[in-house]
Amino acid sequence: MATAATHQTYGTEEDTAAIGAYERAFDAAVAADERIEPRDWMPDAYRATLVRQMAQHAHSEIIGMQPEANWITRAPSLRRKAILMAKVQDEAGHGLYLYSAAETLGTSREELLDKLHSGRQKYSSIFNYPTLTWADVGAIGWLVDGAAITNQVPLCRCSYGPYARAMVRVCKEESFHQRQGFELLLALSRGTPEQHEMAQDAVNRWWWPSLMMFGPPDDESAHSEQSMTWKIKRHSNDELRRRFVDICVPQAESLGLTLPDPDLRWNEERGHHDFGAIDWTEFREVLKGNGPCNEQRITQRRRAHDEGAWVRESAAAYAAKHTSETGATRA
Amino acid sequence: MTTPETTDPGTTTATTAITAPTAPPTAALALGDDALVLSHRLGEWAGHAPVLEEEVALANIALDLLGQARVLLSMVGDEDELAYLREERAFRNLQLVEQPNGDFAHTIARQLYFSTYQHLLYAELATGHGPFAGLAAKAVKEVAYHRDHAEQWTLRLGDGTEVGHERMQRACTALWRFTGEMFQPVDGLEVDGAGMERAWLKSVQAVLHQATLTVPDGPRTGGWTAGAGRQGVHTEPFGRMLAEMQHLHRSHPGASW
Repeated sequence: MATAATHQTYGTEEDTAAIGAYERAFDAAVAADERIEPRDWMPDAYRATLVRQMAQHAHSEIIGMQPEANWITRAPSLRRKAILMAKVQDEAGHGLYLYSAAETLGTSREELLDKLHSGRQKYSSIFNYPTLTWADVGAIGWLVDGAAITNQVPLCRCSYGPYARAMVRVCKEESFHQRQGFELLLALSRGTPEQHEMAQDAVNRWWWPSLMMFGPPDDESAHSEQSMTWKIKRHSNDELRRRFVDICVPQAESLGLTLPDPDLRWNEERGHHDFGAIDWTEFREVLKGNGPCNEQRITQRRRAHDEGAWVRESAAAYAAKHTSETGATRA
Repeated sequence: MTTPETTDPGTTTATTAITAPTAPPTAALALGDDALVLSHRLGEWAGHAPVLEEEVALANIALDLLGQARVLLSMVGDEDELAYLREERAFRNLQLVEQPNGDFAHTIARQLYFSTYQHLLYAELATGHGPFAGLAAKAVKEVAYHRDHAEQWTLRLGDGTEVGHERMQRACTALWRFTGEMFQPVDGLEVDGAGMERAWLKSVQAVLHQATLTVPDGPRTGGWTAGAGRQGVHTEPFGRMLAEMQHLHRSHPGASW
């Protein structure tokens, strides 16, 4: 409980002195590692940052279903097909948790989806890359989910309670997916020469985009400093990226696959791996909408929404007709 | 009904008689293929559903069906060989389940017809002592949920807006012709087909009536003749579905995944 902050709940005083007092209480609660809850007073900018970040996170789960769903109908064994279906289903569920968590800040799922569809809110750049072979499903599990977990585990301690709690649930399921992705690649890597090559090719294509998932370098990250003060973020982009590389290198070895970076090597002095330069021009292009699948992803998302409008309208009309009688029967 | 060992001459040899599972292959393939094919169709919805809750629900139903398919196909042989290496004429599923998704109403009508049938079937099999009793006892709980989901949506679409009503009516009518096949006898499946058909009609008519929809009155004899899917005679979209489903597996003969 955010005890210091809860005392200030429902502040309606316009008096600036009072606002100052709320702010001090909020700052003290954050500094004491207390959780901020929906009814607590919070700075407008804190609220706006959280809405932006949680919405983007929710949108990423929803758009992120597409590259993997692309392979459901072609999965090469029934076991793999079941795993993939369960995973895509989990992603829709994660989207639902995150939209609910964002709604505690006074927005609505409809409003957020509208912003996604109109391009006013973003989703993770990684989902603008295509899944070209079955091995891509494994590479996404291992690298993309791996990067997501590295980013999200610290969010389990985020200062905003509903977000932190959503992350605890999401991270448990993500870790499971990540192990499954690793296991998929391992089966390919140890399979026929064609399967091994398919796995290596997928890792070659997904490695750099996965590193970009941690965001721009620290000196160019617009929101980082404020987010760290507010304890929305706990570590810098570059710090998390380094951690991820250090985790992946031995995993790639046990997979029997290489990472496509000639500059990658262990640095004894720093106790970390050195790695090559990221192509930030590509990153910016993808963010601007010029990646390989940006147009396709958003078009499919909009089409599903638009073509489903009559279904949602019919359900609403049915509910309106029958709410009173159901209420009466239940009462 | 005949005894399991004599239903399919093609698989009855001295060797298989010893190691063969107790389930009659024709019946296990029929039920397994129904679940496999409908699961695949529902899987095509991923990322296209009208609302996020339905992404979850349709995937959930697809997964349940895939789980059933794996158990049933494994009673006959290797699940992947059976799913990925048989050609169209060897599949024994109902023509109903192979029908393309169409719009959401079409998917729901297909689901209503099939789930109602499958629920009655598994409820009956679960009470017996036959080879499918164990599977049916577990699956009947899943299918009760599938049936409820389809019934609830039939009501919402049928008795919601005018557009919903029209689309749901069109879907129910279009798929009606495929519903007779469900009650044709299948070798090794010891159920009262006629009794199930009466119960099915009664239940579906009640749901359609409550949804303010008209019960279709056309023939129920399938794409060609009733029972055709069970004999490996399918409708045209099915071959294309299999081509997509089997392509990768067939491109790497002998590989494991």
